[in-house]
Amino acid sequence: MKIVKTGAAGTLESSDVMITVRSNGSNGIEIDLNSIVEKQFGKQIHAVVKKTLADLQVEDALIGVQDKGALDCAIEARLITAVYRAAGIEQVNWEALS
Amino acid sequence: MSERLRRTMLYVPGNNAGMIRDAAIYHSDSIMFDLEDSVAYRQKDAARMLVYKNLKTLDFEGIETVVRINGLDTPYGKDDIKAMVKAHPDIIRLPKTETAQDIMDVEELIAQEEEKQHLPLGTIKMMAAIESPLGIINAYSIATASDRLIGIAIGAEDYVTAMKTKRSPGGVEILYARSAVVTAARAAGIGAFDTVYSDLNNEEGFAEEVRLIKQLGFDGKSVISPRQIGPVHEIFAPTDKELSFAQKVIEAIDEAKSKGSGVIAVNGKMIDKPIVERAERILELAEASGIIIPSEGENYAE
Repeated sequence: MKIVKTGAAGTLESSDVMITVRSNGSNGIEIDLNSIVEKQFGKQIHAVVKKTLADLQVEDALIGVQDKGALDCAIEARLITAVYRAAGIEQVNWEALS
Repeated sequence: MSERLRRTMLYVPGNNAGMIRDAAIYHSDSIMFDLEDSVAYRQKDAARMLVYKNLKTLDFEGIETVVRINGLDTPYGKDDIKAMVKAHPDIIRLPKTETAQDIMDVEELIAQEEEKQHLPLGTIKMMAAIESPLGIINAYSIATASDRLIGIAIGAEDYVTAMKTKRSPGGVEILYARSAVVTAARAAGIGAFDTVYSDLNNEEGFAEEVRLIKQLGFDGKSVISPRQIGPVHEIFAPTDKELSFAQKVIEAIDEAKSKGSGVIAVNGKMIDKPIVERAERILELAEASGIIIPSEGENYAE
């Protein structure tokens, strides 16, 4: 998916995450993580973000992650929503989603 | 097999990650993830995805999962069905149901998605909330519109507005609607579920309402806070007197069966089929409330 604008999803409430997705000017994937549990789960959050982007075939994006202790499944959900919004695509491809 | 208990259905806003994560820890009988009224229009896509991923990932410890979708008269209903059949909750709940056709339209879309997902036809069950005067008038035809329906519920807020009134402590303004819903559900052989009680701080008012709906014959109630779960389960639990009578009835039936005798009596009262059914229901409720534990492999009645 091609990122054409800035898209965001999520909240800053406890157990949630706020994710912003914007184009990275052809510099590949870059993740800016800010988490209350970064020390313990930073690596895991990076892995979830990278895997989710790969599944969505996003190759160029600057991802801002402000995590308030979200579960992996919530991080995935917010990232997918933010990517769709940033790609300007309304219809989710449910068949392809895991 | 005994009928599933649905005394409490905990309402969880679909775009609230923390509430979804914690929903199972309060042990309501069912959890209802809401994609409809609690979600702002601009967040419908986010809530749908959040509920989808949570249902796919989390273990709700055997608690029944329900998703309240948006109606098909909104731009969100079809996508909700597509996503939720794949997420596979136990039940999809349709809001603001007014006619049998509303149910059949949703059922058709669910069936299409089940086929795509290679799920056996009829896997996903349905519930319908009736929230308008027209829906109340059509309650029985709604209740019998699909084999997938496990129950109908009354939603009072929209109903009282349409009736040009408002809710009051005794609930006289929705007595007819409640009676219509529970009667239609019983006639159709499915469950009947009551509306929410939104004044969280009025514990006595809540308890009174729960006693009323239990007396009317409802199976349970939607609850908006974990604080409301305990009181409902307590009020729905059988009393010692009811329990002791029910146990005597079942013992007497078992004895009569083993002796091959016909009519029996307990405490001087003739025991017929409806009394046996009530006794079985009371023992089921007692078991669910943790009052009695049946021994392994034991059935209350055959």
